[in-house]
Amino acid sequence: MDLQLHNICHSYGETEVLRAVSLTIPSGEIVCIVGPSGCGKSTLLRLIGGLEQPNSGLVEQIGTPPENSLNPLTFVFQDFALLPWRSVSGNISLVLEDHGLNAAERSRIVDGVLGRTSLSDFSNALPKQLSGGMKQRVAIARALAVNPAVMLMDEPLSALDSQTRDLLMEDLVELWQRQPFTAVYVTHNLQEAVRLGNRVVVLSRRPGQIREIVTIETPLSERGQWSADLEAKQKHLWALMRDEAQAADMELVHG
Amino acid sequence: MAEGGSSSGRNPVPFRGGGFSPKPIRFLGFIVFALLLIFVEIGARQGWISNLTLPRPSDVLKTFGALWDSGVLFQHLFPSLTRFAVGSALGVSLGILVGIMIGLFSIARAGLVPLLAALFPIPKIALLPLFVIWFGIDEGSKYALIALGTFTPTVVATYGAVDNVDRTLIRMGQSFGLSWQSIVRKIVLPGALPGILSGLRISLAIAIILLVAAEMLGAEFGVGAYILEAGSLYDLERLFTGVALLSILGVLVSWIIGRAEKALLSWRV
Repeated sequence: MDLQLHNICHSYGETEVLRAVSLTIPSGEIVCIVGPSGCGKSTLLRLIGGLEQPNSGLVEQIGTPPENSLNPLTFVFQDFALLPWRSVSGNISLVLEDHGLNAAERSRIVDGVLGRTSLSDFSNALPKQLSGGMKQRVAIARALAVNPAVMLMDEPLSALDSQTRDLLMEDLVELWQRQPFTAVYVTHNLQEAVRLGNRVVVLSRRPGQIREIVTIETPLSERGQWSADLEAKQKHLWALMRDEAQAADMELVHG
Repeated sequence: MAEGGSSSGRNPVPFRGGGFSPKPIRFLGFIVFALLLIFVEIGARQGWISNLTLPRPSDVLKTFGALWDSGVLFQHLFPSLTRFAVGSALGVSLGILVGIMIGLFSIARAGLVPLLAALFPIPKIALLPLFVIWFGIDEGSKYALIALGTFTPTVVATYGAVDNVDRTLIRMGQSFGLSWQSIVRKIVLPGALPGILSGLRISLAIAIILLVAAEMLGAEFGVGAYILEAGSLYDLERLFTGVALLSILGVLVSWIIGRAEKALLSWRV
């Protein structure tokens, strides 16, 4: 299933956040969206996922999601959004409970995704007992449990320290290699974008418009070693973003 | 340091942190209580607290023992506990229901919050005559009084608690396609539970106060009636026995809520 954005415009009251964003998210690719803070990246993601409605424009699903997909458009949030009163496995089964699955099927799916994310030993732990990195692993496992057609990841690693971030990035690469998934990955971190993105969409400062779409050909598996090519891509992205970021930084925040 | 100008001095950096983190100290509350009682006992025995000012704690204890032995205690305690239980169960359950409605529905919020603001400051005991007319002089008016008294604080605590449920968790539920009922039952209600329970502490304390007030105004049996009778006879031992009963009830209720919080909210950080 592909996603297509047609001419998305959105504003909050007087503040125009997004202007004429058109974009295709092809199946099996990770599309990274980068841009200075406040440029509407997260808003764009919520619009794609149907948590908000654009003032004008359209988000279209092209093709049907896979038969066994319980929740085609599935979010991974920056702050994990785990229910603190449910255990790891309880948090995952939460999203399966409304789909008419019986207990055995649910626990089979939960065990499966816990295995895929190496969390099997933690299934009874409460979120408060887990580190930030583990919490995000649980959130990723929860997203995988519903077999999404497209994962919508809203700065999933931004709340984590840099070591944990590197580890989780490797985990994501590994998950993708085993079974390529489609993802829209919002981040402000260019390194993440260059490591994970098949394509990187650079948004301008507010109102967010697409400045450039950078394609990165190097297969994900070969990006572990930092190459001159990737270095050049990152430099190019930084050059694109630099002025925007600086200008955005200087702007006064309007209520 | 005043002489800090000298370049040769070595001083340890003074400690400036610490504090502002209350820690539980076991038995201290009990010791304060016991010391106070011992103080009154000694004062009353030695005569510098006259028997008219305060009764001897030991006499109060004796009166309590006699009350227990004669069975009169239960004659008063059972009706009181029943009124407390029925009245507050009604008020709290309705209050939680209405509080959740206000928390979830804009219409309920816009329509009911001003009404609550008007109801909350009314001293409920002032309405007892009205309740007597509406619900009869018997138990009905007492149940209604306690129910109304616990209802308003429960509503306010509940809708505040619902408002404070982390919106990102609700968005998460929506993003996974959870049904509205599931979101309310599995995200909103557990998320609001801490606030509801701490509201319960206030509501139930109010319920005890209203219980006694209602019983003082018209009841044959009950702790309030017992206190009123003792008071009008200036029988301080019996008066204090009744008051001590209420304190014990208050401590007991607070303890039960504490246990419930421990059991239900162990997930809290």
